[in-house]
Amino acid sequence: MALFEAEHIHKRFGAQVVLEDISLSFGEGEVSGIMGPNGAGKTTCFHVLTGHYKPDRGDIRFAGEPITGLSPQSLARKGISRSFQIMNLFDQSAVIENVMVALPEFRARRRQMTRSVFDDAALVEAAREVLDQVGLAARAWEPAASLPYGDRRALEIGVAIAARPRILFLDEPTSGLGAEATRNLAELIRKLRTRYTIVMIEHDMSFLFDLADRISVVHWGQVIAEGTPAALRANKWVQRSGLGELA
Amino acid sequence: MISLSDISPRSGAWVTPQMVIVAAAMLSAPLWLRSVGLYQYLGIEIAIWMIYALGFNLLFGYGGLHSFGHGAYLGIGAYAFGLFQHHVAVSLWGGLLAAIVAAGIAGSLVGAAVSHRRGIYFALLTIAYGQVAWFCAIKLHWLTGGEDGLLNIPRPALDLGFAVVDLNDNTALYYFVTAALFVIVVLLWRITNSPFGRILQSVRQNEMRAAFVGYEVWRFKWAAFAISTAIAGLAGGLFAMAQESAYPDVMSLHQSGLIVMMVLVGGGLVNFWGPVLGVVLYFVARDVLGAMTETWLLWYGLMFVVMVMFRPEGLAGALHVLRRRLGVPAALRRAPAEQA
Repeated sequence: MALFEAEHIHKRFGAQVVLEDISLSFGEGEVSGIMGPNGAGKTTCFHVLTGHYKPDRGDIRFAGEPITGLSPQSLARKGISRSFQIMNLFDQSAVIENVMVALPEFRARRRQMTRSVFDDAALVEAAREVLDQVGLAARAWEPAASLPYGDRRALEIGVAIAARPRILFLDEPTSGLGAEATRNLAELIRKLRTRYTIVMIEHDMSFLFDLADRISVVHWGQVIAEGTPAALRANKWVQRSGLGELA
Repeated sequence: MISLSDISPRSGAWVTPQMVIVAAAMLSAPLWLRSVGLYQYLGIEIAIWMIYALGFNLLFGYGGLHSFGHGAYLGIGAYAFGLFQHHVAVSLWGGLLAAIVAAGIAGSLVGAAVSHRRGIYFALLTIAYGQVAWFCAIKLHWLTGGEDGLLNIPRPALDLGFAVVDLNDNTALYYFVTAALFVIVVLLWRITNSPFGRILQSVRQNEMRAAFVGYEVWRFKWAAFAISTAIAGLAGGLFAMAQESAYPDVMSLHQSGLIVMMVLVGGGLVNFWGPVLGVVLYFVARDVLGAMTETWLLWYGLMFVVMVMFRPEGLAGALHVLRRRLGVPAALRRAPAEQA
């Protein structure tokens, strides 16, 4: 059974139909990819799946439970986490604080008003573990805004995994990265795939085909093909769209 | 650009060295105020406005919520204190509790309405609700005394159980208000460094991300509004006691703007102690410049303009930059738990 399923999703903005009868499913422990040309509806699809937009029609289920139309905060508490294509960090806070705020144990203490967060060695340690995973432990006390671009991308993912999700949505994780930073990110995702179910939107086809177990191709607001990277390279629709060649 | 999160010390202690310095200055003030040409009542005003400004900065500096109608809650606290003394009982604790509860309830109701908004819409709504309160204070003559205000509010005695302190004496009242100030300082210090405070600062920086890591953003804005207005109510109650009256003027847009100005000039956006500096600067400027020229507010306004143009982080920010230039180590950048 799939961990996350979306069936017959429709989304329109005014007269513009952006998603038309999209159905997707992501298996537990898999790395799934969503690809497609600019304007295909990938990001809108991501926003619908992660609660930023409510679908006009269709059903979304997570671990068998209906979650259609739930808010992002409700989804985060259920174990659905995401990163953003445009950097979305707490820039003025230290790197470790960015991660700490996202930890479930920190969230459980959200009503606590008299105990300093920095008195709690367990919280600091938990945040450090996350920073270790994304390779930022050495920069824990630097302001997030001062990090280089590649490290900020890693912190984006760090904040998302700090929530200890069951499924992790990554929106264009290589966006703006150079070749070396992209290689480092691929290495990081290979490490993370042992712990999380991952869904990625990605424009870097070789990156996506290299990492994903299954890929769905979105075009004109619809899923036009899906399968393993090898199957998609041979798919006539994908070949016709030119996306397969890029991989 | 420096920010609250950048330079705020991360000490988890209940009492910090800065608190000790401010306490020493405040507690010794009755001994030296007159020798520098000032007077005891000014100390009371300063301490009350410090309470008000620190509470306001929880919302303004830490929450990034620009309330321009906060005078309403100072006024509600003042009226609640006065009405309690006139119609219920002459009681210090009863009056102060009434002030805190009345302003807190008003703030909770307004907060519930405005906390789903942000930016300019939040600011405009706070002005609108502030003006409603000001208008009610003027028109509900039977309750508030209208433009004349609520007069002859007594200063109830402080009953400590083993002794009774007469607060009609300005020095005694000053020490009482200073004690209240330190309760508020410690409370706000803990709140700003608590999980709640850190989440509030995260909401200020990035509402969307805060929602995506699992927080009901509006609840934090609402809670900050309620706490801040309850503290404004306490300040209002103390103000009514100090003035022995309550006037609608404290609820006016002008007065609400004044607290914003004090917090900004002091550096509330970048430092916990910014509002304290801003209040001292304003009242000293009022009395020292005011003794020299009737146009003192013009000079204070010009200073505000210069500050916004050249040092928008305010006095606290300027001091921080100076410390950095002099090579004094920056604020604690490591968690106490890690240092152990």
